[in-house]
Amino acid sequence: MLAAIGVMTAIAVVVGVVLGWSAIRLKVEGNPLAEKIDAILPQTQCGQCGYPGCKPYAAAIAAGDADINQCPPGGEDGVKKLAELLGVEVKPLDETHGTPKPKSVAVIDEQTCIGCTLCIQACPVDAIVGAAKQMHTIVAAECTGCELCLPPCPVDCISMIPVACDLPHWKWKPPVFTLKLVA
Amino acid sequence: METYFLILISTVFVNNIVMAKILGLCPFMGVSKKLEAAIGMGLATTFVLTLASGASYLVNEYLLGTELFYLRTLSFIVVIAGIVQFTEMFIHKSSPVLYQVLGIYLPLITTNCAVLGIPLLNVQEQHDFVESLFFGAGGAIGFTLVLILFAGIRERLETCDVPAPFKGTSIAMVTAGLMSLAFMGFAGLVK
Amino acid sequence: MSRELFKFNGGIHPPQHKAESTQRPIHPAPVPHRLIVSLRQHIGNPAKPVVAVGERVLKGQMIAAAEGTISSAVHAPSSGTITAIDMQTVPHASGLPDLCVTLDTDGRDEWIARAPLDHLQLSPADLRAQLRNMGLVGLGGAVFPTATKLDPGKSVKVPTLILNGAECEPWITCDDILMRQYAAEVLQGVSVMRYMLDSDVVLVGIEDNKPEAIAAMQLAAATLPFAVEIVTVPTLYPGGGAKQLTRTLTGIENPSGSRSTDVGIQVFNVGTAYALYRAVFHGEPLISRLVTVTGFVLRPQNFEVLIGTPMQELVQLAGERDGATGLLMGGPMMGVPMPRTDVPVVKATNCILVKSDELFPPLPRALPCIRCARCADACPADLQPQELFRFAKSDDFGRAQEYHLFDCIECGCCSYVCPSHIPLVDFYRYAKSEIWAREKEKIAADQARERHEFRLFRHTREKTEKADKLAARAQAQRAERAVSNPPAELATATSASTDPEADAKKALIAAAIARAQAKKADAAPKNTDNLSAHTQQEIAEIEARRATIRAAAHQPLEQEKNP
Repeated sequence: MLAAIGVMTAIAVVVGVVLGWSAIRLKVEGNPLAEKIDAILPQTQCGQCGYPGCKPYAAAIAAGDADINQCPPGGEDGVKKLAELLGVEVKPLDETHGTPKPKSVAVIDEQTCIGCTLCIQACPVDAIVGAAKQMHTIVAAECTGCELCLPPCPVDCISMIPVACDLPHWKWKPPVFTLKLVA
Repeated sequence: METYFLILISTVFVNNIVMAKILGLCPFMGVSKKLEAAIGMGLATTFVLTLASGASYLVNEYLLGTELFYLRTLSFIVVIAGIVQFTEMFIHKSSPVLYQVLGIYLPLITTNCAVLGIPLLNVQEQHDFVESLFFGAGGAIGFTLVLILFAGIRERLETCDVPAPFKGTSIAMVTAGLMSLAFMGFAGLVK
Repeated sequence: MSRELFKFNGGIHPPQHKAESTQRPIHPAPVPHRLIVSLRQHIGNPAKPVVAVGERVLKGQMIAAAEGTISSAVHAPSSGTITAIDMQTVPHASGLPDLCVTLDTDGRDEWIARAPLDHLQLSPADLRAQLRNMGLVGLGGAVFPTATKLDPGKSVKVPTLILNGAECEPWITCDDILMRQYAAEVLQGVSVMRYMLDSDVVLVGIEDNKPEAIAAMQLAAATLPFAVEIVTVPTLYPGGGAKQLTRTLTGIENPSGSRSTDVGIQVFNVGTAYALYRAVFHGEPLISRLVTVTGFVLRPQNFEVLIGTPMQELVQLAGERDGATGLLMGGPMMGVPMPRTDVPVVKATNCILVKSDELFPPLPRALPCIRCARCADACPADLQPQELFRFAKSDDFGRAQEYHLFDCIECGCCSYVCPSHIPLVDFYRYAKSEIWAREKEKIAADQARERHEFRLFRHTREKTEKADKLAARAQAQRAERAVSNPPAELATATSASTDPEADAKKALIAAAIARAQAKKADAAPKNTDNLSAHTQQEIAEIEARRATIRAAAHQPLEQEKNP
């Protein structure tokens, strides 16, 4: 009886010492998982996932608070990449957070703009240039198409224009025809 | 020398722990989606199993003796858990990518029935220290071999036109069964 | 010549169909009424127009200048008036339009003043700058600016210069005919290349199905002061690929991802050498080229064609037949199907192949891949097409790149031999363009992340600055108030504004709109008299754009449409 307790205690002590020593020697800092998830997200910063930006959503996924299918700009492809990274099953996109749209940029109608700066404050990537009572304009190259500037505008002068499909941006289509049930 | 060679052949091919003994199926199904993950898992398991075989033999021989046989499973599990924890910390430090890729399956090596089964089999077969090490290493090499083969097949299946009811785990199970049948071909290799 | 030749892996022997178009000598195509000159006829940045609509230009006048390091100029192929600089359909697989200069010819074909370049007096760097402005690009099909190719870099010597007269693709014979009739001129061009690259060895590779061209080149080479070896290579498609020809002639294999100059070799097409000759010895920029018009036509032959000629006119010249099913720019293996028949000829057009159902029957339906690996046997780039197909099909782009997807030259050998008739090259093109698009997206996403993070940082910085300022002011105020006013007044001032807040906001907005309108009325545009046609057109375009944006702005949002 005593021998049994003695043996188990001895094993426990040895294992404990080894693990304790290695915990100090092999310590790893930080949580790189959230950063890895953030690297996959499309950085639109639109908030459709329910979090105020891509980094908070990534942190939520890393903590297990959010699901991987809440990002419409990332699309099915983004969900697939997240599933691969985290080793979970691929899920279809959660429609309650929005549907994927073709890439667009916002454009301000200069004639109607009153220079209120509300859109400048709303833009998550500072893609709008302007000052109080001066005309505002959107830097198309920086615009991510998040549409956060549309609601604040009091005169409704901002519209979303799909990015033109021109020769430099043209892509070959996959030579596969998917069959769809029509009726 | 011949004994060790025979032990290796028998544990890797004839009595493969996954295909013939049907042990260690959890990581076998869980980590075989990608080839790199499979290789990493195989190597981690080899490391753990070899160490665990050796350590378990020592514990069994010198600490438990013949009286405290009822503590065998308990002490083996504690030793295995300790080794796995150490391995986990080591991998986290040396290869964070592999750590991320293996995910939850790394600590689950603790509950891998093969990792407990091999030391117990060692006791049953009354192997000495070196034989135990070879048995453990051989079992793990067999596990790695089958895991890599299976991962290769699963990757190929990803790109194939599998019927919808069979997609995913179902076709993987069917494949595992067929592989097991194939490995039966080694029966009789070692008399 | 007893030069030792090497073999490259794979290759195929498709039916050649060369004899059809070599029966007749080169026929100069008549100057068309309208020339549509594309500004993106070369690899690199498109050229920037330097003429205006309505301007009269002479033949050979520069109408667009090279822009950036890798670019080339574009010149007027004939004299006439510029009638438009706008988007026209160009000979690209997508069928999308691109910026083109439309020139209505006056029939006079008047040349600009031109003088030969004294290339031996100019330094190679100056000569290159001149050649860049002469619009010289590679005429083998890749249209890489020749000036850049003749500049391997300061530290890189190019001891071996190879001229590509192989013309391995079936049906095309423009290089063959060029070498037969202009062998001496081609070699004059080669001498300039040799001077600029300081090469020791000059080789010309010609396939053995062109005995007349070989004889003509050998005759011309005998008169040169330096050694040029005319090497006969076995007829095998794609033996005319730059890397394949290098391998055949020298046995040197380009490592994956490296350029020819990294192994001390540069390859040029014989057509480019001829264009270089005309540029240096006659001062003529690249405005025309030989084009083979063949296939389903009555009189297949080679034409000397002005760049910008509508392809339909050439097909009519060669004798149009009923039952043509489309045009290919290029050959049957690597040719690009044209979206329309009236697209203009560009510098890359080496052949116009008219299709018919008999010559080009529709492809049978693709069957599953049986892993026979005939494609791997045929691949001249030593790749694994069956694996690349598998990865491209399942969108596994990481693995595709591991298997050297970007070393694929899209020659079509794999598709040709596939027993399941799988359009393999289409899969590789799709995979390549997806990978490029994703790389662009990733760069944009990284930039957006940086901007967002800086914005968050800026906000916190502003908040802390504001808090500090308020704290400092509160301190000062407290100190002041201790001397004078009682604190009771402060309480009443803050509560008055909360009730009519909404009305006040609306009034503010209305006032702001009125202010903006007044400002707009004040800032009336000046200098509105005597506007040139060009400026008026610009103003009209801007107003039209503003109108569409205004209309789009007042459309309800998609989210608002579906409650």
